[in-house]
Amino acid sequence: MSRKSINIVSSPAVPLRMENVDTDQIIPARFLKATTRDGFGKNLFRDWRYEQDDESKPKADFILNKKQYAGDILIAGKNFGCGSSREHAAWALKDYGFDVVVSSFFADIFSNNALNNFLLPVTVSPAFLEKLFNAVETDPDCTISVDLSNQSITIAESNESEHFELNPYKKECLLNGYDDIDYLLSIKDRIEAFENQRAKI
Amino acid sequence: MAPGHAFFTNSDESITMGTTLFEKIWQTHLVTTIEGGPSVLYIDRHLIHEVTSPQAFKGLSDRGLKVFRPKQIVATADHNVPTVNQHLPIKEELSRKQVEALKDNCSAFGIELYGLGHPFQGIVHVIGPELGITQPGMTMVCGDSHTSTHGAFGTIAFGIGTSEVEMVMATQCLLQTRPKLMRINVNGELNKGVLSKDIILYIISLISASGATGYFVEYAGSAIRSLSMEGRMTICNMSIEMGARGGLIAPDETTFDYVKGRTFAPAGEVWNQKLAYWKTLVTDDDAVFDKELHIQAEDIEPMITYGTNPGMGIGVTRNIPTVESIEASDRPNFTKALAYMGLEPGIAVKGRKIDYVFIGSCTNSRIEDLRLVAGFVAGKKKADSVEVWVVPGSKQVEKQAIEEGIDKIFEQAGFQLRSPGCSACLGMNEDKIPAGKYCISTSNRNFEGRQGQNARTLLASPLTAALAAITGEVGDVRDYLISELTN
Repeated sequence: MSRKSINIVSSPAVPLRMENVDTDQIIPARFLKATTRDGFGKNLFRDWRYEQDDESKPKADFILNKKQYAGDILIAGKNFGCGSSREHAAWALKDYGFDVVVSSFFADIFSNNALNNFLLPVTVSPAFLEKLFNAVETDPDCTISVDLSNQSITIAESNESEHFELNPYKKECLLNGYDDIDYLLSIKDRIEAFENQRAKI
Repeated sequence: MAPGHAFFTNSDESITMGTTLFEKIWQTHLVTTIEGGPSVLYIDRHLIHEVTSPQAFKGLSDRGLKVFRPKQIVATADHNVPTVNQHLPIKEELSRKQVEALKDNCSAFGIELYGLGHPFQGIVHVIGPELGITQPGMTMVCGDSHTSTHGAFGTIAFGIGTSEVEMVMATQCLLQTRPKLMRINVNGELNKGVLSKDIILYIISLISASGATGYFVEYAGSAIRSLSMEGRMTICNMSIEMGARGGLIAPDETTFDYVKGRTFAPAGEVWNQKLAYWKTLVTDDDAVFDKELHIQAEDIEPMITYGTNPGMGIGVTRNIPTVESIEASDRPNFTKALAYMGLEPGIAVKGRKIDYVFIGSCTNSRIEDLRLVAGFVAGKKKADSVEVWVVPGSKQVEKQAIEEGIDKIFEQAGFQLRSPGCSACLGMNEDKIPAGKYCISTSNRNFEGRQGQNARTLLASPLTAALAAITGEVGDVRDYLISELTN
């Protein structure tokens, strides 16, 4: 996996005004046959993006096909990433170009998968989510700034801001480009000691 | 390993309370906890399959690592495999490559593989329990959200992503934050024709597809206790469909009887020691949950879903909600779901024609499910307009079905008994429901496109699915059971 760190993301955003977006929509099962982590972006939201699975027939009303919307931040309705545990969903969003997904809450497994891929899930209040949607839908060029160090998300034009929660350990990982395996490998002696102790019980 | 009492401190006083089943297992698997961060949880058993493991193996290779505890991992091929002609090479090239990659990786890293052709092959969540790999008090993970199934044995079992698969391969541990705990109590007696699938679809319809996000759920109460292991697995399996990390049920005599004598179950003196420990795996009477829900079993009807998430379910005699009855903020999703399904608000689902019946998946493909369906359809024939696929959960289930003559009953009814795999639950192989067609399915997800692009899924119990196979439409199995009794 390519290591990356993340701190400040400042960009226009794409508003996906839908709730319960499941990982089958983010990346349909038929695209899970790869044995590498690359190239999933072109099939992101595949069946919402194209008619009859045909790339020459984009669905005009789907948000990723609307020319005015682009950026590194995806804003989506509550319970984003529910359903299947497929990490391919996080790979697809990252490969497409998103560094941040904002929602009022995320499904647990998706949230872990995103963090493990330096895709930052930002949980905001339902009221702030509505403000974000309105700001971006009114002005597609409106800049949204996510500051991981300060755990804040700001709508540049109105300067409205909200604090978001993140586990301090995960925050350190994201800021410094560490991952969980680095940490777990560093305590392997303790893991072995734990195994030995359990074997005696 | 005697169960201790946890000491809880809240903001203004220190009080001693009992311990939950979840905490008892969690505590015995904690290697360490990072200050202000997650805990390091030791994993007893790791199940892998072809779809979510190749990138993890590659990650290990890239870092020059070996699998830390290969004997604690079991692999099978299930998601991608065809359900006809399994003895032939897989036709679809990418599927074949993925299944071959699993074989190569397992051989290179020293992992036991129950691949195609092996008598133990099957859906990962069916083979774990039936082989006795799944045991009470364990921690288990798999790169698959329905790993929650194994919680039926009183284990902490949950689905993980591929990066986490790699972590467990490398260190047999995961970094986890302790989830909140919810208990769902189902008391009373189930109505005739109501199965465990109806219980879980009912629960999800009450609390929604996100109602348990952030929680681990313990199922309790007399109606849960009365269920077989197969029934309990169906319930725990769908915990993820309400957002829960997992679900679990305290082990009891039903559990011990099921585990005893299975291929990898403990035996002799080890069995006695384990059993003594397993009997301590209950939630103490004075334990406190973050959230608790009480349900009366008598309130549950046979269930059917009408929408595009598992929370969109109703009793089979009820009508689809009207737009007005839906909260304003949920209306766009409700309307979109019904448009996809080709259904209108306020109408009945009962009586709707269906095109396909799928009996299978890690939710309902065990021998008990097949017996129930066979018992119902014996001597009957499927409706001409309907195609019926029965996909057993494993080679063992298939073998058992044949030994019991269930295959003959299905053949006479016009049902296709196929070979084991995930099949039309997610349509990764060739078993796809065509666009626009209605499929009544015993699987776990009715998401858009789940069973094939633009396919329309109605989730139901194996009995409700069997009835639809015979009549060609959605019906109330209770009417049928009563009329059969009176005839």
